[in-house]
Formats: sequence, structure tokens, C-alpha cells
Amino acid sequence: MLFPPKKSGQPRRVVVTGAGIITALGNGWRANADGFRAGRTAFRPVTLFDVSRQRARIAAEIDLPADLPASRLAPNQAKRLARASKMLLHAAHEAWTQSGWTAEDRLPVVLGTTSGEMTLGETYLRHALASPSDFRLQPSRVEHYQVQRQGLDLCNAFGFSGAVLHVSNACASGANAIGHAFEMVRHGRADRVLTGGYDGLSQLTFAGFDSLQALSPNPCRPFDARRDGLSLGEGAGILTLETLDAAKQRGATILGEIVGYGAATDVHHLTQPHPEGDAALASMNAACAMAKVQPSQVDYINAHGTATPQNDATEAAAINRWAGDDAPEISVSSTKASIGHLLGAAGAVEAVVCLMTLREQFLPPETSVGDVDPVARFQLVRRPVDKKIEVALSNSFGFGGANASLVFRRHL
Amino acid sequence: MSRIFVHGSGAVSPAGWGVDQLCDAWRKNVPLPSQDLARPGWEKPVRVRNVPAPTQRPAFLAHPRLRRSTAIAQYTVGAALEAIGDDAAKIQAGELRLGVIVGVLSGAVNYTRRFFEEVMRDPATASPLIFPETVFNSSASHLGAFLGAKAANYTLVGDDGTVLQGLALAAEWLEDGRVDACVVLGAEENDWIISDALHLFHRRVIHTAGAGAIYLKPESSGVELAAVTDSFSLTQGQDRRAALAKVMAQLPSDGDPVPADRLREICGQAFTASAAWQCVIAGDLVRRKEAAAANVTVIGANQQAIGARFVKSG
Repeated sequence: MLFPPKKSGQPRRVVVTGAGIITALGNGWRANADGFRAGRTAFRPVTLFDVSRQRARIAAEIDLPADLPASRLAPNQAKRLARASKMLLHAAHEAWTQSGWTAEDRLPVVLGTTSGEMTLGETYLRHALASPSDFRLQPSRVEHYQVQRQGLDLCNAFGFSGAVLHVSNACASGANAIGHAFEMVRHGRADRVLTGGYDGLSQLTFAGFDSLQALSPNPCRPFDARRDGLSLGEGAGILTLETLDAAKQRGATILGEIVGYGAATDVHHLTQPHPEGDAALASMNAACAMAKVQPSQVDYINAHGTATPQNDATEAAAINRWAGDDAPEISVSSTKASIGHLLGAAGAVEAVVCLMTLREQFLPPETSVGDVDPVARFQLVRRPVDKKIEVALSNSFGFGGANASLVFRRHL
Repeated sequence: MSRIFVHGSGAVSPAGWGVDQLCDAWRKNVPLPSQDLARPGWEKPVRVRNVPAPTQRPAFLAHPRLRRSTAIAQYTVGAALEAIGDDAAKIQAGELRLGVIVGVLSGAVNYTRRFFEEVMRDPATASPLIFPETVFNSSASHLGAFLGAKAANYTLVGDDGTVLQGLALAAEWLEDGRVDACVVLGAEENDWIISDALHLFHRRVIHTAGAGAIYLKPESSGVELAAVTDSFSLTQGQDRRAALAKVMAQLPSDGDPVPADRLREICGQAFTASAAWQCVIAGDLVRRKEAAAANVTVIGANQQAIGARFVKSG
């Protein structure tokens, strides 16, 4: 029963035993870790749709592998997967394989996305207007456009059948999904959860951000004094979460521990954050209180850092307030400088980046930043650096005032 | 484990703005009138059931965040405020931490369709006013902003049963002490593109719009949320019948059922809103002592089967 749930007792320690990632830097942990460590940028002219009438014309597009990973999907099912679903499957396959999990009946899935398979929705509408009496392929587009279909496809791909929950809190979706999955395991409501986020580029979202003049015509430069907007990207990040005890018992490789999650709502404006970053501060405070860590103990912050003038100023203000006198000692970067803003996938992919920094002990730099905005009192990472990292914090903020923070700890 | 109680409910439906209107329609058990909605390219319009205009313009529409909001946002706020009742003042005063959970399947589909039509015409002139309203969590955000609710605020996307997953999530938040109260909603709106899509799968079903809200707190009231079953996904090897059987096995059989198909005949199909209306009706049956217990079972469009049970308490 979902309610009343099993007795939870004392909170349990939650660890990550599998992580999968696909971004414009590449498919898989190794390609991405190497790319982030070097501060490589992956922007190029958009090829997926026509951007000739847009102000911005670049994005961090993924070169999808020609083949899907091995799964239990029948050929006709695999054939129907669209772009975002393929990314999700690639990332999930990596996490699933790494975890060593086998199929089970009641494995829950918690995913974050902002638009699911929006490209299928676009195709549906175009076709419905152009050929209103031709229904061929339209049922399949409807079915696979829907967000829940992508979660169910994951279940079918790996042969399990658990509850599927999709959180859609704009650009905090991925972080909220992981946070919720973390709480499920922490409180004994589930022993294992497959979680993460995904989003593919679509014309609607690209044109939407362009209409808001939020897109930069150039690769984004988070926290640069002359930043002029964000760059979009696409991808997926997936984690397998379980209890520390269970992971140890079966001898699983532990990639890191999730120790804190906080969420807060900014009611200031639908698309603009409160100038002082009240909700960002609240989410960081809540996550760190749960993690029982002080700002001085946080070695790295993967900032939301979209590179819009307002977001970065607000986030910097929030980090300054949160860290106080410790701010100048804290290393911060936004990996959106490398792969763009992945919207609903951002929080999940950036969670994987935090695990990379903990496992491989490096700071991902923003190599494209020139002069740092003086509002950033922290150390903005601009060059590749190896560093001892015990605790990493990831921020994700979204339209509608969704704010979420996750805290990760190194596991030796 | 703390117990969770229903402290209010709200409904905006083709029966009107209010729980009483919805429940009256349920008791009369007569299909509500339907209306024509033009479908570009078709001579014959599609049939929908629209939400009638409220008898009085809701005061919340004067709020800056709701001036140009979508229909779904207005239904969401309308149903939520009815459910929350007098507690709205406490939330606005910062005396009560409110969690907000909104379940949607289609979301702000009207603005989304309109925005993409603008993009197809010329993306350089697509409206920046419309785009932010198309985001799935815009309705939940507007509700949070109207009430000044800064605690947890989630939008869940999925089929009809998502609302019942939301009830369980609310119970978790209350149990964990993250919030003092939580409002759970299902909300949908009409647009020809949704009717067009529904037509591909169910030719006789009429799409409708609105929202349903359940307001939960840990303090005792006359109606208790007694159970939310597991969500049984419609995956390979678990068809609709098997999933539904598992739900029924988890619910005691003595509760009065609130059948989804009867509600669909009366109101039409509004996915998450329909499931929320089922819960509202179940709570109303118990509150009015017409039933000691009422069971809601939902077999959704394509994702899951799930159930909930409401019982008399106190």
C-alpha cells in the first residue's frame, strides 16, 4: 500500500550504486567525466529543426548512437521510441548495468522531465492541421508523446513493473525526482528506486526561451560579468538508489551517498527568481540541515547557473548569504557552460556530475568565462583542477519558483 | 503512522463551480449537456463539455499572476480555494505550511497548442507571454503564489491515477513534517487537439475540463483517508484487468464504490480531474453519512491502476 506505508523507523542511509549519463559531451560516465574535467564545450548550430528565424541558433545537441542498448523491448517497441526516450534508455542502461540489479516486480521509477517527447506532440499538431482526416500514425504519436509512456518503456526495457511517478517542476524536475526517490528509500517506503531526469531539444522549448530573449546567441557563460543568456542542451541522467546496508551486503560499488535534499517554492514571479534568492537559500539550508553539513564542509557546488543575468545574480546572492564568511573558500561552477541547460534533465545530469567529482576528485571548470561577475564572492572554477572533495551540493531552480538542492557525500 | 484526514474538497466541473454542483449531478445521474467545439479541417465540430462560467467572477482573477492565466490554472485555483476554505488566511499569514500537489495529464494544452501554432507561423514573433504558461507546473505555481505558499509544491504528470499517487505523496509530506496541510488536485482543460486525440482511442467519449481538490491535514475531521493502494503499472505482463484485480485485492470490499464510468457518462472524461472528482464524491458520501466508507478505483488511460478509500471518522 502507498498509504498507510510500511513503518519507516529511523531514517536509512541512501547510496548510489549506478549512474548513467548522456549529454552532448558523449554517452556514458567516461566520456562525460573526461569532458567535464577538461571543461570542454559541446555547442554547435542546431540541426534538429529550423532556427533561421531565431535570435539564438546554437545548442548542445547529442549525436545519438545508431543502436539502442540491449533491452527486453521488442523490435517494434524499440522502433517507436523517439529522441528523448532513446536518451533515457541509454542513461538507464548504463545505470542499470552498473548497479547489478536484476528485474523485480515492485521497483519504483521516479523521473523528472519538462516536456517528455514534445517533438511527437509537435508532429501530431502539424499533421492534424495539415491532414485532418489522415489518422495514420497519430495514435502512436499520442501514446508516445505522453510522459508516463517513457517511464513505462523503461520498465519494459529492463523487465520490471513498479509504480512510475513523473515530477514536472520545470528545470528543478530532475532534482526533485531524485530528492523524492531519496526520501522513499530513506524512510523505508522503498528499498530501491530507479530515478533521474531527461529532456530532448524541441522546437517549442527552443522558440519559447528565444521568445523570452533568455537564449544567448553564443555559448553560455554562467557567472561571467558579461553573460547574456542561456544555451539549451539535451540529455538524461539516471541513478539507482538503495540503502547503504543493502549495497554493502551484496558488495555493490558505491558511487556516493545522498545525504540531503531540500525544496522550496519561490512565489515572486512565474519566470523570475526573487532578487535575494530567498527560496534558493531555503532549499540549500534545508538540504544541508538534513545532511548535517555546514557551508564550510561543502567542497563543491554545482550551481544552477543558467547564465541569464537574473538567475546567476540571484543564485550568487543566495550562495553568499548561505555561506557567509565561508563563501570565498567554496568552489562553484555551472556545468551548463559545457552542455547547456538540460531543463528537466539538468538536476539529474548535474547529480551525476557531482558523483563524478566525488569519485574522481576534480572540479569541472567553466573555461568560457572571462571576467567573473563581482557578485560571485565564491571561487568560480575556470580551469581544470584536481581537488579533494568530500561533500558536493547541486542546485536546481525552475520556472514557477521550483527550487531544489541535493547534497552528496563521498563514500570510501 | 499518523492518520490523515480530509478537511475540505473543491470542484470545478461541467456541473459548475463547487462541490455541491458536482455532487448534485452525480446524484441525478443524468449526462450534462455538451457543446460544440470547432476542429480545424473538419466540417463537423467535436463535442465537449465545457465548464460553465462562474455565477460571480472569482476574486482571485484580480491577482497579478492570474490575469492572463490559462483555464486550467483558474480551475486549479478555484477548486483549491474551495477545499482550503478559511485556512487560506492562515497560509497567507505564514501560520500554516501548505504543500501543493497538482496532477495533470495534458496540462495547459490550449496555450501550448496556440504557442506552437505561433512558432509554426514564425518563431521570431511567438508570444513570450504565452510560453511560460505552457509549462506543466504553471498552475501549481500560480496557486502557490496566490496563497504565498512557500513549502513543497510538486506537479505530477501522468494518467488519471496520478491524483491518487498525489494523495499518498501528501500523506508522506504530512508524516515527515514537511508541511502542516496539503492540497491535492487533478486538473485538465479543453482544447480541440485533446478531443482529436481522444477521438482516436474512444470515439464516444466526450472530453471535459475542470479540477478537483482534496485538502488533507493530520488533525481529525469527519472523513479519513484510510488507504491508497499501490500503483500497478500497465507494463508488459500486467494488463488492465490484472492491474485492477490487484487494486481490488488491496481495498476492503465494504466501501461504496464511486465508479469512474458512471462519472464519465455524467461529466465526460477529464483524466486527472475525473479521478479527483471521484475522490471528492467519495468524501462527500462519507461526510454526509450516506456511506460509512467509499472506495475509489481508477484504471487510468495508459499508465496504472490504483485505488483509495475514504472512511467516516470521529
